[in-house]
Amino acid sequence: MIELHDVHKRLGTREILRGLTLKVPKGMNFVLMGPSGTGKSVTLKHVIGIFKPDRGTVHVDGQDVPSMDNQQLMALRKRMGYLFQNGALINWLTVAENVALPLKEHSRLPRSEVDDRVHQVLGMVGMDHAAQQFPPSISGGMKLRAGLARALVTNPEYVLYDEPNAGLDPIISHQIHELIAEVRDRLSVTGLIVTHSRACAVQCGDRIGILEAGKLAVEGSVDEMVRSEHPLAKAFLGGGAD
Amino acid sequence: MNPFAKLTDTLIVRAEGAGYVVNLLLRTFVVVPHLPRRWRFLLDNAFNAGVRALPVTMIVAAFAGAILAMQTGIELRRFGNSNVLGTITALSMCREMGPFITAVILAATVGSAIAAELGTMKVSDEIDALEVMSIDPVDYLVLPRVVAMAMMCPTLTVLSNLIGIYGGSVIAEQNLGVSPDLYWSSAIESLTSSGTLLPKEAYVGLFKALLFGVAIATVSCAAGLRARGGALGVGLAVQVAVRNSVILIIVLGFIVTWFFYFLD
Repeated sequence: MIELHDVHKRLGTREILRGLTLKVPKGMNFVLMGPSGTGKSVTLKHVIGIFKPDRGTVHVDGQDVPSMDNQQLMALRKRMGYLFQNGALINWLTVAENVALPLKEHSRLPRSEVDDRVHQVLGMVGMDHAAQQFPPSISGGMKLRAGLARALVTNPEYVLYDEPNAGLDPIISHQIHELIAEVRDRLSVTGLIVTHSRACAVQCGDRIGILEAGKLAVEGSVDEMVRSEHPLAKAFLGGGAD
Repeated sequence: MNPFAKLTDTLIVRAEGAGYVVNLLLRTFVVVPHLPRRWRFLLDNAFNAGVRALPVTMIVAAFAGAILAMQTGIELRRFGNSNVLGTITALSMCREMGPFITAVILAATVGSAIAAELGTMKVSDEIDALEVMSIDPVDYLVLPRVVAMAMMCPTLTVLSNLIGIYGGSVIAEQNLGVSPDLYWSSAIESLTSSGTLLPKEAYVGLFKALLFGVAIATVSCAAGLRARGGALGVGLAVQVAVRNSVILIIVLGFIVTWFFYFLD
């Protein structure tokens, strides 16, 4: 379980998080929504230990993330995948090499097993045909799918998704949402999804929380949130959203 | 804003930047044992550094040697000492001009490219992606670049020295009336008469080149890794990398010369 309690974070002169408290139960997709600049991506970076809170606690499976040393942080990150907005693939490596990177760096698997595993996850995200292409030559949607394959290749328990459909057309977005839901259902992976998209939230999420001014303004199950009269829930999840 | 407060802020930012570079260099030394795992990137970076900088370095070195011979030769001719022109050109190239020219060109070509590459990676979340995969960016990105530059800067310096001395010989013969035999015999004698394989000047020059290579790569990697704010931030990182590299080349060159020739 991911738990943040009363997390405060200042970046430069701006206080981004102002007492954020949230819980992501195991096996669920928790969708984090909210206006730009309210700290959604910053929240993800706290969970994976890139940022440390100025105040408050961040726990993953009961372990205090900010107090972890490098070794503990590495161990935690090996149990997590992270899908960046644009996939964040290394440009000079092929798609297959990108996906294989965490395995090559951290496991002593023989090359044939690494190749098999890479082929398997690329197949799962529908990218095995583009395995030998380089990131600059593939589309945004393909980069995201390759990024998702890289996040999944180590069999993580958690995947953090940072705006997984930013800049994508509705058809590709729909495919990505299906993949995220499939990852939860088939692999029992717990997800924390940052998005502005109603479709993403409804299609992938089990619970939805909406941030305002650095803390959760409203939270509930997908059904509760879709029916909610809270102005932010109406703005993000009402019929006119997306 | 209060000018004193502004100056203090500037000094703090500069000190932070210098601290980051020193810290990055120390972290790079710590991961040196991982180098065998990075041989592919090391060779790629060494090849890039050598190929990218080679043509410009050779052209500039040839003209630098020619200018050196011209300026020195004019004065030597007045005193009837043109016979030592080869000696002066060879030793000056090996001790100072060769390493300096090579390093400045490497800073402008390879250092700027390193800062742009890592800066782009930084602003497009690729560095963060490495970190969340528990891959140390210093080990994966900085180490091969620093070692590649540490290899290529002395290598290119040797070529610069040779081309510079040759450039001097052309001027010596064409404009100063010094015969090629006299020029080359004095140059070769100056480089072989010390009893060791090469004179102290050559070793000092190569040592400088090694330091310059490490400094350029470290400063450029640091600038790239600290980039923020999109394309503008990448541009700024390149500017900072080249500026700081050139400053360091001059300061380190002075310190090394002082250490080997004035510290008795």
